[in-house]
Amino acid sequence: MIRLGVPSKGRLMEQTFDWFAARGITLSRSGSDREYAGRVQGADGVSLVLLSAGEIPRELAAGRIELGVTGTDLVREKLAGWRSDVTEVASMGFGHADLILAVPDCWRDCENLDDFAAIARDFRAAHGFRLRIATKYHRLVRAWLAGHEVADYQLVDSQGATEGTVANQTAEAIADITSSGETLRANNLRILAEEPILRSQATLFVGRGALEEVRPFLAQLGVAV
Amino acid sequence: MIAKRDKQAIGQRFLQAFREAGAAEVAPDILLPAGTLLDLYGEDIRARAYTSTDPLRGEVMLRPDFTVPVVQMHMAGGAEPARYCYLGEVFRKQDPGEERPAHPRDNEYLQVGFELFAHDPQADAEVFALFHKLMAPYGLRAVTGDMGLVMDAVRALPLSQARCDALLHHVWRPGRFGRLLARFARPVTPRDFAEIAAPWAGMRSEAEMERRMARLKADEDAASLDPVWIARLERMFAISAPMPGALAELSHLADEWPDLAPAVGRVGERARMLSDGGIAPETILFDASHGHRTMEYYDGFTFSFVAEGRAGWPPVATGGRYDALTAVLGRGGRAIPAVGGIIRPGLVAELEVS
Repeated sequence: MIRLGVPSKGRLMEQTFDWFAARGITLSRSGSDREYAGRVQGADGVSLVLLSAGEIPRELAAGRIELGVTGTDLVREKLAGWRSDVTEVASMGFGHADLILAVPDCWRDCENLDDFAAIARDFRAAHGFRLRIATKYHRLVRAWLAGHEVADYQLVDSQGATEGTVANQTAEAIADITSSGETLRANNLRILAEEPILRSQATLFVGRGALEEVRPFLAQLGVAV
Repeated sequence: MIAKRDKQAIGQRFLQAFREAGAAEVAPDILLPAGTLLDLYGEDIRARAYTSTDPLRGEVMLRPDFTVPVVQMHMAGGAEPARYCYLGEVFRKQDPGEERPAHPRDNEYLQVGFELFAHDPQADAEVFALFHKLMAPYGLRAVTGDMGLVMDAVRALPLSQARCDALLHHVWRPGRFGRLLARFARPVTPRDFAEIAAPWAGMRSEAEMERRMARLKADEDAASLDPVWIARLERMFAISAPMPGALAELSHLADEWPDLAPAVGRVGERARMLSDGGIAPETILFDASHGHRTMEYYDGFTFSFVAEGRAGWPPVATGGRYDALTAVLGRGGRAIPAVGGIIRPGLVAELEVS
């Protein structure tokens, strides 16, 4: 049995259902809206598992599902050495979001990462602690900043309402996922003029050990591996 | 697979040698408050050290190295000169990036170390000679460097104080250092700061921004750094040769760069001290980039003993002078001259069985 993990709610679930429907596979939730059980029509030996998008990387790596739909951001953040655990087989063309670094819009002297590095140095000297970046993407942000040799900062954990941390003075900058940038603008934040830390989109992943087993199903979906 | 007990026994042997060299044995805590380490090393340490939380003490870390607790112990009441030694586990995690390594490194291993706090010009040579003697049976390559030379070279560049400070701040980050240097070699493009209607937000103040803008404005008048200086810096960083040859190259460089002479003199003096102690300078490599790519806060003499042909091994022993670290830890800027190093008994154990 191939277990297919799909986000259990919201637009991500609906667009995933649409993507499979366009390939002749009907996914549906069985029973009420509140029940996390699902049905697959149009393919044999495939069962649907509805999960939180954030748990799908872990479930794939553990081999508890063979296929999973989730964002590339979540896989890269949550699975250290992700290429050893999962394979990306299809970019699904929705759920686009960029992981970006944003600073208060009022910082007129901060356009790019070089400015940011200089400001972090000044901030640390003036305040006696490192400039704080609020994020939930600790590994990705740390690796990116280390790659650019930015020092003098620290990450502070923010699992939600990250855009509000600057106004609340619990952080000086934020690193978060954005698609339109609207929430950032509403909170007077501005994205640094750099390539995003990561461009993410909904992606179909296969667990490392399951590639042979899922090959016929992928062929039916028209996905080349 | 070498039993931990055997590695421990090797560690004890070195510890005994350190005691005989006059060191008092100390046993720092294994669980350390995370705040100090984070403040000192930044996010890099969070990627390398195991953290946990204590409901009363907040975030704690499994000891990633001995330097910080030993320095703190000394600052809390040690008299100079002081020599300390220790043996125990350190814990390091490895974030593999995109692919899991085929052979993960040990995440728990022994270090045996020696630290010397003293206002004594012989201190560098004393520590190096001690490690050299202990590492002699293993056929390792001894590499030395001197961050003091690098920092003096930066200070001797014809740059404004602001530019010089920026370079010194990033001297342990070669990429950022190089970007700054390249920028200083180009004419300054005046910055046009857009008017922004957004209200002020966050803890960085408007005055802080204005100070930086004033600094950038003042920098517009700065003359571009003549490429000849960058070439000289590159020539210096490229020096990597047995001590006598490296010293000859450094003296040539100092002929056209007289401000470098005192630092070159110090390197020469250290070589002479080693030679007086019976270490042949031609067997010691001097690599001017050695400390440039290692740990932040090494700001003087640096050394490592490397097992050639052991791909992926860290140095079997490593150390150096870290006055800059004691200045940061001492808060009020009270720096204590400090030099020390560690040996990895686990690697020595592997060298002994093969």
